[in-house]
Order: sequence, then C-alpha cells, then structure tokens
Amino acid sequence: MKRRRQKRDKANYKAGRKILPIKFKKESDLPAMAASLSDMRHNKTGSWRSIKPVIDYTKCISCMVCWKYCPDACIFIKNGKPHIELDYCKGCGICIEECPVKAIKAVGEEK
Amino acid sequence: MKKVITGNHAVSYAAKLSRAEVIAAYPITPQTEVVEKLSELVASGELKANFINVESEHSAMAACIGASATGARAFTATSSQGLALMHELLHWATGARLPIVMANINRSFGPPWNIWSDQTDSLAQRDTGWMQFYCENNQEILDTIIQAYRISEKVLLPAMVVLDAFYHSHTMEPVDIPDENSIDSFLAPYNPRYSLDVKRPRAFGGLTTPQWYYELRYKIERSMAQALEEIKKAGAAYGRLTGRTYSLIEKYRADDAKDIIIAAGALAETVKDAVDMLRENGKKTGLVRIRAFRPFPSEEIAAALKRAERVAVIDRNISFGCGGIFFQEVKSAVFARRKDTKIYGFIAGLGGRDVSDREIADVVYSMDKKAHTEKINWVGLKR
Amino acid sequence: MKGLIPKEEIMSPGHVACQGCGATLAFRHAIKALGKDTIVTIPACCWSVIDGPFPYSAAGVPVFHTAFETAASTASGIRQALDIKGKSGITVLAWAGDGGTMDIGLQALSGAVERGEDIIYICYDNEAYMNTGIQRSSSTPSGAWTSTTPRRKYKTKPKKNMVEILAAHDIPYAATANIAFPEDLIKKLRKAKKITGPRFIQILAPCPVGWKFPSHLTIKAAKLAFETCVFPLYEVENGLYKITKPSNIKKVGDYLKIQKRFAHLSRPEILRLQETTSASWRRLLEKEEISGMGQSG
Repeated sequence: MKRRRQKRDKANYKAGRKILPIKFKKESDLPAMAASLSDMRHNKTGSWRSIKPVIDYTKCISCMVCWKYCPDACIFIKNGKPHIELDYCKGCGICIEECPVKAIKAVGEEK
Repeated sequence: MKKVITGNHAVSYAAKLSRAEVIAAYPITPQTEVVEKLSELVASGELKANFINVESEHSAMAACIGASATGARAFTATSSQGLALMHELLHWATGARLPIVMANINRSFGPPWNIWSDQTDSLAQRDTGWMQFYCENNQEILDTIIQAYRISEKVLLPAMVVLDAFYHSHTMEPVDIPDENSIDSFLAPYNPRYSLDVKRPRAFGGLTTPQWYYELRYKIERSMAQALEEIKKAGAAYGRLTGRTYSLIEKYRADDAKDIIIAAGALAETVKDAVDMLRENGKKTGLVRIRAFRPFPSEEIAAALKRAERVAVIDRNISFGCGGIFFQEVKSAVFARRKDTKIYGFIAGLGGRDVSDREIADVVYSMDKKAHTEKINWVGLKR
Repeated sequence: MKGLIPKEEIMSPGHVACQGCGATLAFRHAIKALGKDTIVTIPACCWSVIDGPFPYSAAGVPVFHTAFETAASTASGIRQALDIKGKSGITVLAWAGDGGTMDIGLQALSGAVERGEDIIYICYDNEAYMNTGIQRSSSTPSGAWTSTTPRRKYKTKPKKNMVEILAAHDIPYAATANIAFPEDLIKKLRKAKKITGPRFIQILAPCPVGWKFPSHLTIKAAKLAFETCVFPLYEVENGLYKITKPSNIKKVGDYLKIQKRFAHLSRPEILRLQETTSASWRRLLEKEEISGMGQSG
C-alpha cells in the first residue's frame, strides 16, 4: 500500500498536483508500530514565509550557490538555471544573502 | 541430550538453540557465566552470532534494539542494577514492538550491596510492557527462553525470562538440552514485516501526537492480551516436541485444596515440598505457581482458586508503601472474580534469605492463628 | 566545484526545521555524500522533530529514532545485525546533536569507538540543547548566552573538544566540517565512507534562533567561524593532523558581533576570547607539525 502511495505522490509531485496528507480514521488503519509511510512533501511550508525570494534571471550567472545553500532543498535546477519552489520556501533569505551577484531580491509577501 | 548444568548455562544454551544472532551484554554478578559461555560459543563458531562487548547495560539494550529493528534475533541478560539501568530502554523496546528476549537473574537492589535472590528487580519493570516468565528450575529456564522467542515474534512484544540468583544461576541441575534440528522445527527464523531496510526506507518512532499515540498503545495492550493465548499455544507445541508442556500457571495438588499458596520462581519448588509435608499432616494445601506474570493470567488464577478458602501469596519482593507485588496483583485479579476468598500476603526471602519448607508450612499454620489479611506478614523476621 | 555535489535530493522539502536551519543543510549534504544505502539512528535532538511526525519522514533513508544517549549504541547494534545477516554495502550513520554526542551520549560513543564499530558518527553542532529550548551543552562556547547560562552567568568554560577526545581513542578518522563548505564536507564524508571502523565528523551548524542572528546569516556565521579560527577545519586520520588554513584570518570580534548571544560581552572579555582562540589555533598548528614528524620519521 505504501508503494502505491509513494508512486502516486511522486507522479503528483512531478505533475505539480497537490500531495495529500495521510488520513487515518481508526486504530486498524495504523501500522503496528510508529513506522513512517511517506515523505514530508504534503507539508507546504511556503505558508511560513513573510518575504519571498525572486530571481532576476538577467543577472543570474548559474553559479548554483543558492541551490547549494538552501536548507529546505526547495531550489531545483532546470535548463541550467535555479528555480525556487514557492510551495516550500520558508523565506529564510540565505539565497538572497549568498548570491554572489545579488540576483535574488526579497519581496514582501502579501497577506 | 541430558547435561548437568547451572541455570546460567541453561540460559546460554537456550540462546544458542534459539539461534540468537546479536548478543549485546554487560557483565553483572550473578549473570556473568551466561555471557562468558555465550562468548565461548560465538568464538568457537558453534553459535553464529555477533557478540557486542558493550560498555553498560543501557548500551546493551540499545544495541539489542538496533539489532532487532534491523531484523536480527537479539538477546541479552542482566540482573538488578543492570536491569534498572536499562529501564528507559525497556519502555523503548516495547514501543518499538521489538521481539527481544532477555534473561534476568533476580537479584536484590543496593544499597547495601547484596547479590542474592530477590524478585523486586524484575517486578519493578512490570509496567514496561515486557512479557515476564518466572522459572522454577533450570530445565524450565532453557525451555522458556526458546518459547519466548516464538511468542515474542508472534505478538511483537519483548520478553523477560526470570531466574533466581544462585538458586538457579549457580546451581547445577540435570537439564535435557534438545537438539538443534528439533528446535529449528519449533522456532522459525525471525522475519519481521517492518524493519530497517534501505530498499524500503522508513522512519521508526517519529513524533506522534495524542491524536494517534493512544491507538498505538491500545495495539500494544491488545497484543498483550493475545499473548495469553500464544503462551498457552507455544507451551503446548513445545510439549508435543519435547514432552514438557508449559502454560500460564502451574498447579500442584491445587484442585481440591482448601489452602492455596501462590508463589513464583525457585521459591515455588520449595513450596511443593511444603505442600507435600502439609498434606501428610492432614492439611489440604496446594500450590498455584505463577509462570507468566505479564500478561497477568487473571482468569487462570481465579479459576484455580475455585475450591480454596484461603490463599497465601508468598512474595520474595516488596513494593514499599504497599506490600508484596504478586499479592497486589493476585488480590485485584481475584477480587473481581471471587470476593469470598481470604487472601493473605507474606513477604519472605528478601536479599536471598533462605526460605525453608518448614517456614512455608508455618505460613499456612499462621493463617489459622495470627496472620493478617490487611497488613504485611513477614516470614522469618528477626524481631 | 559544484560538480562535486550530487544533484539528486534525498531529503525531501516540507520538513519542519526553522527558517535558515544549519542542521538541515548539514543533513541534506551529508546524505548526498553517503547515498541512499544508509541507515540512520537519530537520538533526541532537533532532527527528531525536523524529520517530521508519524507517519511521515523527510530523511529519504531508513531512520531509527532512539533514546537520547543511544545514537552510537543503537548504531552498533544495527551494524552487527547487518553483518550477521550478510548484508554489505550499507552505511550505518549515527546522526546526533552536540548534546547527544558530548554530554549524555558520550559514553555510548566512546564505547563504540573503543570497540572499533564500523559506523559513521556525525555530530551536527549547534552549540546548545536547541531542541529543548537553547540550554547550554558542553559544546557551548565560552562567553555564550544560553537559557541555562543567562547573561550574568554566561558560560565561561571552553567548548569541549570532541575531535581530540576521539583522537585519543586512536579513531581511524575524525574531522570537523562546516555547512558553509559543503564541497569539503562531501569530500570528507566520501573519504570516511571508504574507511572501515569508527569515523567521526563534527559539522558546525549555526542555529539562527539559538545564536540569535537573523535567518539569512546562517552561512555567513558559519564562514566567519572558520575564518576567525573559532571552529577550525581539520582532519585527524590515524593520528595525522591535516588543517585547512584560512587564507585571511579575521578577528574573533567579527564573528561574535553578528550573534546576539555574545552581545553582553565587554571589550576585555572579547579580547580574552581572541587570546584563547589564537592560543588554541597555535596549539592545533603545533599538533599538525608534530604528527607529521612522527609519520615521516
């Protein structure tokens, strides 16, 4: 059952669809011990942030320092450029601080 | 094959026959011969296992937990202070649902230092969720450890097989050691459903809120209840294999007894002699020996007391401020089922003090005279 | 240099670490270096919570949550079990904080190293018991505020030196690492992975909440710790010391001033810290020299 859930989560993730949390309804739904059944991708920590990093691709030199230093592993590389997954970005600001060419700007989040 | 061996060596041979794969133990008197013999068996290749010379009992249990979680059959042995040191991890092993089997040699707590038999150490762990078996002689020790693995791996709860310091551990008795092949037919290799496997990565024991922790604990209690049946089934299957059948309790001349003595461990064997003596003198006495203490066999004990008018529970342990632990548990189990039986609690033999058959017979006579049901009765106290 | 860091993410996003958490970045890169064939024991520490609640896990590899003192002892049991079952090629990693390594977990670690257990032990060092609310540990540096060493009674004793303790155990490999230099961390872990026996790596993982700096300065704090020689980067391999020397050594004050946990220190106190840091640095350089002499002689 966990295999199917993992496969479904991976497919959902790749397609950009919502990943659902696991819902238990009763005692018999639980495994005998507290063993995990999935990863944390259902938890969209993007809601934590108050500032949002925005990459200016005209300045970006593809050094990947932002990707390297993201504690949330929410910057991915596509076509040689970094992209920030706003679903998970907590707005810590490390990428903004560390970008050697100051290509990332902090933009205030709307409420 | 019959050999004259000590209780400690019975433990070692049982672990060998059970094909324990990871043994992590720390020496403590009177357990040392258990681990020494196991080290020899591992070194000679007779037992294919890894022996970890851990630096404390706490680490011994932690290593057993790690090994069991990885899918290996884990074994350890300890006593009093060492068992107490492991306490936190006994709870951990239960919560992690790991079928670890441990031999505990009942030894008293210090201070002052005392290395002799006392049941308080293992009974103090009765809330940890470990199954507990109290053995009467070296044969039972060997047989019970093997059965414990089978029961444990079925209900996914750890098990403690308890023997007495020196009365068992260092006393030689004839023991029939079954051959490896017949035990292999009784005990299949350990094959857990959930384990640490890089092909199926899982986290075990992650933070669980009150929302589901309660249900996980319910599952543990359900498994404990299931264990009552499994203990009987395993004991019967073992009987078919070796001719020695075991169950939750043992009754000795109890069916028509007016006075029943309840005891556990080495003490119970002496009670058998006392029962014979009393019967010769016209007192219809019997013994109900508690073998499985956790899960507590309330139904079986209550049923065994059916014709008894008086019950004397002899505890070689004490829970200060309350009384003997077997006494408390028997009282609550019996109260729910037969209110008219008079139950007396006796404390005897703490710190390894010898309890003779004569003294046990006097226990029964004292119920005629001045024994209390509401207060602790101390046997052989030098007042 | 970026080619050295594997692209595939093993740790998943969505974990519950604080913004700018150093400990998370440490795990992200450590597990990249060690790969998916790794079993991790995590004692009580920030990562017990970061990994996520039941039934989820962010780590991406098998994790066994264990009691506080038992990272090394549980890892020993896991290794022995894998061995007796004939399963090879799996790394056993004990991933603990500084509390679970240097204080309550010290006995188990010392025992495992003395026995020569084939495990990698990584201590991610945020210099206090952060998970329970920033209480002091033996890894808290001299001068720092913590909730149990408040301003007036700030910790005066120096940081416990775990690498030296384990070097005295004749450990095959012990090293320090820093999240500001993930390539270096990955190189050290790849080297450690090839060695059999106990290996220890202490990764400096600054904590914005406990060290009291804004979350975007995590890497800057880590870099300054290296550049001021407060947290030197070095390896001890079979007794041979190898130090990575900063090209430009900065003043300790530069490191202290960005963290409010040092804000109460007076100028003389900061000067004293500079003295002790410089003295430790010199002693470390001497050790490198002496250990090198032993090898070539």
